[in-house]
Amino acid sequence: MRGHLPPIFANATGFLPLLPLEVVARRLLSNAMAARPSFAARLGEYAGRTFAIDPVDCPFVFLIKPEDGRTELKVVRRTVAQGYDARIAATLVVLIGMIDGTYDGDALFFSRDLMIEGDTEAVLALRNAIENAELDPSTVLGLPKSLQGPVNRGTRMLFVQLRRLLDAPEETGPNSGAFA
Amino acid sequence: MTTPLELVCPAGTPAGLRTAVDAGAHSIYCGYRDETNARNFPGLNFDRAEMRDAVAYSHDHGAKILIALNTFMRAGSTDLWKRGVDDAVAAGADALILADVGLVEYARKAHPKQRLHLSVQAAAATPEAIAFYRDRFGISRVVLPRVLTVEEIARLTANAAPCETEVFVFGGLCVMAEGRCMLSSYATGKSPNMTGVCSPPSHVSYREESDALVACVGGFTVERFERGEPAGYPTLCKGRFEAQGAVSHLFEDPVSLNAVELLPRLAEIGVTAFKIEGRQRGRAYISTVVRAFRKAIDAMAVGDKVDFGELRALTEGQRDTTGAYKKAWR
Repeated sequence: MRGHLPPIFANATGFLPLLPLEVVARRLLSNAMAARPSFAARLGEYAGRTFAIDPVDCPFVFLIKPEDGRTELKVVRRTVAQGYDARIAATLVVLIGMIDGTYDGDALFFSRDLMIEGDTEAVLALRNAIENAELDPSTVLGLPKSLQGPVNRGTRMLFVQLRRLLDAPEETGPNSGAFA
Repeated sequence: MTTPLELVCPAGTPAGLRTAVDAGAHSIYCGYRDETNARNFPGLNFDRAEMRDAVAYSHDHGAKILIALNTFMRAGSTDLWKRGVDDAVAAGADALILADVGLVEYARKAHPKQRLHLSVQAAAATPEAIAFYRDRFGISRVVLPRVLTVEEIARLTANAAPCETEVFVFGGLCVMAEGRCMLSSYATGKSPNMTGVCSPPSHVSYREESDALVACVGGFTVERFERGEPAGYPTLCKGRFEAQGAVSHLFEDPVSLNAVELLPRLAEIGVTAFKIEGRQRGRAYISTVVRAFRKAIDAMAVGDKVDFGELRALTEGQRDTTGAYKKAWR
């Protein structure tokens, strides 16, 4: 898997409490779900599944149950992550790139930059629902329309540099540098 | 070149459709969220309202929309497919892509003016079969299976006129005669032909084993990708098996079709439409592949050299092939 954060990051965050991260992550997920009300409908019966989103270069795992109106999110240490139906694992920058449409999930799977296990149907449903959500940084951050353009552009530039620096898979997609 | 070439692009979601249109697709094929279309995967496809919006978006941007109802009707339960045809016509589809001969007849009788295309799932690969659909049902275009050589396509295209031909130029490579492949049914009881899924995800599982990725379909282990080895789809036709003491990909390696270098020749022999496979793929794939092929087609239209580009990162097994088109295939 490509795009690993430096090990010093994992070592440093390994000692930090997870509650602040969980509060922030819940807020971001809540913004995304509010902005894309059809998300749970596209997930259909799989909205009740628990997904382990596993950034392999971090010491924690996000456990998400994206049910409409009752979305749950927990951040737990990888060593105690359990009770999930499906696990999606990749480096953090790659997972973020899947959310914003920078990467194609199948291509990441082919290049072994993405690993899935558990309920394959649920994983596919989640992937397709995320694809259709067209999430961008400003939507996830819950920003007003006036800030969306500059924030999205700035974040994109930042991630282009970060992915390059971390030797992550080459970007494609509607927002990639080649076509932006 | 008398007829403008048409780039036919996939869309599995409304967002994918907008991406394809914005990237330069001349037409987009997509289907309803049920077993009437051959890409019936979880979270994919369009409900009725989404399809009407998709038609409006496509038409507003000068693109056509082709609605695929290309599975075979279930005996005693044909209403789902017929309702799909009626709804697709009402939504304003520019063409319906059909496979089942009974559904073709229904569509022709119920909607005499509707343009109909014959899906690759119908496996019409002879002049006689194409002539039957053309003369009997007024089929306007036939999508040819990926098992033909370019010269065979040339002869079929000449014979098919005025029925147009459409060929796949990029994406997942079915190595069997589509619509007749039973491998997925054998392993799982479900197939693209009847339920719209090849290797249905409900029957697919992955596990890590000593750094290797093991893929199983319907309880059968079909592949073991060693550490660092590019992976492919978990299909039986691209699985690795032991036979006569040797382990190999018996049918085909994990590899994708890429016929960009053949576009000028395919245009020369009269093929009307170039199809990109991948309704199950994401926006990143759609935008990259559609832009690359649109650029190639535009270059051909003005007599420029075609830039073959680099699309390998998006291919199954990280490798591409011209498949049967050049008859160098296996």
